[in-house]
Amino acid sequence: MKYARVAYQGLLHEAIVTDNGVKLQDGRVVGEEEVIWLPPVVPNTIFTLGLNYADHAKELSFSAVQKEPLIFFKGPNTLIGHKGKTVRPDDVTFMHYECELVVVIGKQAKQVKREDAYHYVKGYTIANDYAIRDYLENYYRPNLRVKNRDSCTPIGPWLIDKEDMKDPMNLTLRTYVNGKITQEGTTSDMLLSIPELIEYLSEFMTLYPNDIILTGTPKGSVNTVVGDEVVTEIEGIGRLVNTVVSEEVFQK
Amino acid sequence: MQTARAKLCGVKPYQEVKLSLRDEKISIDGKLYRMEEVSFDIPISGTVYGTLLNYRKAYKQLEPAMSQAPYHAPPNAPILYIKPRNTFSSYGAAILLPEGITELEIGSALGVVIGKTATNVKETEAFSYIEGYTIVNDVSIPHTNVYRPAIKEKSRDGFCPIGPWVIRKEAVANPNALRICVKINGEVKQENNTCNLLRPIEKLLADVTEFMTLAKGDVLLVGIPEDPPLAKVNDLVQIEIEHIGKLENKLTSKAAWEGGTT
Repeated sequence: MKYARVAYQGLLHEAIVTDNGVKLQDGRVVGEEEVIWLPPVVPNTIFTLGLNYADHAKELSFSAVQKEPLIFFKGPNTLIGHKGKTVRPDDVTFMHYECELVVVIGKQAKQVKREDAYHYVKGYTIANDYAIRDYLENYYRPNLRVKNRDSCTPIGPWLIDKEDMKDPMNLTLRTYVNGKITQEGTTSDMLLSIPELIEYLSEFMTLYPNDIILTGTPKGSVNTVVGDEVVTEIEGIGRLVNTVVSEEVFQK
Repeated sequence: MQTARAKLCGVKPYQEVKLSLRDEKISIDGKLYRMEEVSFDIPISGTVYGTLLNYRKAYKQLEPAMSQAPYHAPPNAPILYIKPRNTFSSYGAAILLPEGITELEIGSALGVVIGKTATNVKETEAFSYIEGYTIVNDVSIPHTNVYRPAIKEKSRDGFCPIGPWVIRKEAVANPNALRICVKINGEVKQENNTCNLLRPIEKLLADVTEFMTLAKGDVLLVGIPEDPPLAKVNDLVQIEIEHIGKLENKLTSKAAWEGGTT
């Protein structure tokens, strides 16, 4: 099943997305164009992986072998839903998307072994973890000014049950900018797999239902500008559509 | 008496309480209680953001390294980090010493509690976005390198005691001049003052909300003073901030705290 959170005619709905349309919580079925898409989960803690694909790590001239995975947190201010608008500050030169598989935790997890890890997963969704590299500083890098900006983490369109996902470690990820493919990779290239990530994190902290893990991005991140339509797509989940807008459109 | 907002255990809504900080009494519905008679829960609900290197001497200590690898340059904007929800704990709760670790760093932080959505805040208007102040113990496993986010060192369960309450901002004449004192087992281990902040509260709020929105209920820690004291198992840790109160927690071994049988 595909679970979504949508707004329709002034009410927030927990909806199910089917081939016929969006089935609202009261049973009505409406068109995908008729609803406003919200982030499909209201997360507690948002974990994000940096450099979790070997090819992307190379692209960022990251050469040394890591002793520990690079993990950082995000605040709820960053999330927006499918078909949302992400603001690009006027003064920046390099803002790039990152297509990422998102793991949604379904059950409290503490000191979980990798072989049991999938029992703690509720499902999967897609995130586009934009970064504004102009603001990169070498303190708690990537610093929050790069990665914790309002609207800069589109997520969705829906959450897909883990039962409907055959092998999350073998999915093609693609990003299209204005219809042209700019990024392509596979989750099989992750350095730390989903079970390894859950084992690693739950070893030193407790994971809770609706915590989410953004698992990193493969190579192919290119600059995006105002007006670009950026589609991040993951096989077996769907396509997350986002548009880059200017500060003027966003704030004024 | 000062007015504060507290979250009491077993009571869902926040409660408005009156405080007499000097003799450590709390008045609830007109009745006076001693601190040990009240069970405090976590008084905030939002995201907790910490600020790195915002005390002048803490900054000075790292400054010689800032021109070298891996930092290469001094920081421009405020450097923040998030204390995730699993770290939140209340006044009086045990701080668990992770296995294999003997000492923890006590980060004594003034927590600025946001009162309304704060985006692109001007310094001159900053205080209108503040509900009040609380005390936060930003606990860490000691570490010196701040190049990568210190998730493993700062995000353990229970590593962020908060409380005992949120003092209304009106009760604090100048939050940029508050004495901070950390006592371990009653002995003073650290003294500092928020007058030593590199970015005073209004400047910090302006510089942070320039790049991200703070929501009502979020807490912005103004920073951790240099040379944070270390605490070990069974130590009683008290962080006192002038005009705000005293946050008290004890370090406990995981085994002792868990108890029970398997």
